[in-house]
Amino acid sequence: MLFTENVLVALAGLKANIMRSLLTMLGIIIGIASVIAIMTVGNSITLIVNSTMQDIGANNLQMGVMEKSRDSETSDDGMSYGSGYIRDMTDEDLITKDMLKEFKEEYSDNIKYILLNENIGGDYGSPQSKVSHGSKSANVKIVGYNKDYMEFNKREVLAGREFLTQDYAEGKKVCMVSDKMVERLYKGDNDSVLGQEIEITMGNTYYTYHVVGVYKYVEEQFSFGASDNPTTEVMIPLQTARIENHTQNKGYSFLMLVTSVDTDNNTFATTVRDFFNSHYYSRNDAYEVAVISMASMMDSMNSMISMIQLALSVIAGISLVVGGIGVMNIMLVSITERTKEIGTRKALGAKNSSIRLQFITESVVICLIGGVIGIVLGVGLGTVAVKLMGYSAAVSPSSIIIAVGFSMAIGVFFGYYPANKAAKLNPIDALRYE
Amino acid sequence: MADNIMLDLRNIHKSFFIGTPNEFEVLHGLNFTVNEGEFVSIVGQSGSGKSTLMNIIGALDRPTAGEYTLDGIDIEKAKDSELSVLRNKKIGFVFQTYNLIARTSALKNVELPMMYAGMGRAERTERAKMLLEEVEMTDRMMHKPDELSGGQKQRVAIARAMANDPAIILADEPTGALDSATGRLIMDIFHRLHEEQGKTIVLITHSPELSQETQRIITLKDGNIIGESKGNWAGLKAKEGE
Repeated sequence: MLFTENVLVALAGLKANIMRSLLTMLGIIIGIASVIAIMTVGNSITLIVNSTMQDIGANNLQMGVMEKSRDSETSDDGMSYGSGYIRDMTDEDLITKDMLKEFKEEYSDNIKYILLNENIGGDYGSPQSKVSHGSKSANVKIVGYNKDYMEFNKREVLAGREFLTQDYAEGKKVCMVSDKMVERLYKGDNDSVLGQEIEITMGNTYYTYHVVGVYKYVEEQFSFGASDNPTTEVMIPLQTARIENHTQNKGYSFLMLVTSVDTDNNTFATTVRDFFNSHYYSRNDAYEVAVISMASMMDSMNSMISMIQLALSVIAGISLVVGGIGVMNIMLVSITERTKEIGTRKALGAKNSSIRLQFITESVVICLIGGVIGIVLGVGLGTVAVKLMGYSAAVSPSSIIIAVGFSMAIGVFFGYYPANKAAKLNPIDALRYE
Repeated sequence: MADNIMLDLRNIHKSFFIGTPNEFEVLHGLNFTVNEGEFVSIVGQSGSGKSTLMNIIGALDRPTAGEYTLDGIDIEKAKDSELSVLRNKKIGFVFQTYNLIARTSALKNVELPMMYAGMGRAERTERAKMLLEEVEMTDRMMHKPDELSGGQKQRVAIARAMANDPAIILADEPTGALDSATGRLIMDIFHRLHEEQGKTIVLITHSPELSQETQRIITLKDGNIIGESKGNWAGLKAKEGE
């Protein structure tokens, strides 16, 4: 009852001094708006990063051969950087097929796929590979995949077929090309490329493959804008690539594991690392296997983003404190102006607590209105910023709730001192005040 | 009924700047009573201590020494929060400068003491309307103080003073800022409240002429009561009627 009256009185007061009220709110508006904008941008980036990583596979473990650290202790995330360089990696240090076979037998319940791939050229610095047809050419990248990889990262086949078991086993010179490439070079006639031999030029080297299938190209997450000549993959069997690269008898320095759904990747990462290091690398003087789980990478990435977000928010929050001081200042002015009113209210029977409540309500109302304007502005700014970066914005509802709560808290905190001063005014002095 | 004592002041002293070299006493031991239903005026020149006395009667301030009982309640023993309740329920203030709350309609102004008393919204709005009707302000009840004339403001103030049906109405120079015709109207309202509703009214004024309208006149000078006399309202009214 008293509450609604107080809110109405506060609103009437704000309306009477509209310019002053707006200026007072400005600090709160700017503070809340910047915090909300930062939260919105951070939240959106977190979501984008997570969904990208989810695409790569949160169920993935990445493992690779790395230099042993001196004290042969690895940190929790499996990353260790050797402090003492001993020698270059040799073929003896790599993970062999036999190791993988034994490993797969040992943990068949946990391992769903072992992902292996190898590029032909396409590394940074090597010349761009091209497929030419008539007067046109298309940028490509030749990548060899094993069967597990193709099954895990399944593409939609628009024409023809996928690789056969013998293609993988024998390293046949077959390939699958993207519909984008077909669109560019063959006017989109998928069937016409089937059975054709395509020649890929990379610098002075030529590779020829027999096209068995056309897959649907999926645009990568982090590509800015659509290029009309994107580099698409010419997919070949892993063995084919290894023969081209003369690595068919070597081991692997890097691979990915896809685990079953009920496997806890953080503990399994340790298990895998221990398995390889105790079985095969215990006598290796310089190298060992390190394992990183995507889940833990995602966690550390997320915590990094939220830390940056928090740090920025705290800086923006400082303007909220400044805004709060502005509110306190204007409340003190308002109370001085209304000394006589306070005296009258006291004469009419207002208790100290009623007066205090009235002015705290007023300060909360100022902050809350400022807060709401700030939220609207912040959401707008954040959305525009995220849109400019080329993503869709995700406003975090918790940040809005926190902002509302925070502006109310500022109202109470900075309103209390002036309100208390008003409450403690001597009624006689207040009545006599001119 | 007329013998029920509403205000009882005994040996009231009031000093300021107590304990400092500047200490001085404004009231030097006043004794007087006001009975229920009485219309009394306290008259004095400025500096006579009548404002200080009014503050004490109005429970806005406490005497330095002496006993003050208001409608059976010992002010001495009341806590500050109890004094708020006392002012709210027992005293209706009418000020020379009206002291209406700005930016707030006449109706809300009259509702204010009832709001502080914790009365429900519907009930207090209804009573406020009734009180405004009694002072003939119904047609202007939604107006804000700055849209009202002095006389209208004072009528609203009187309605507000009556809000919680107080034991006494304490009027401090209620006509001091008004022209004589308007002042006459305001005084008539006080007479009506006194005669028709039997209200106890204490009028504080510097004007001996105005005090003649009340039943009893207490004259204050330099912090002492220097005389008590009867007023002459009947005579004045008869004269006015001619």
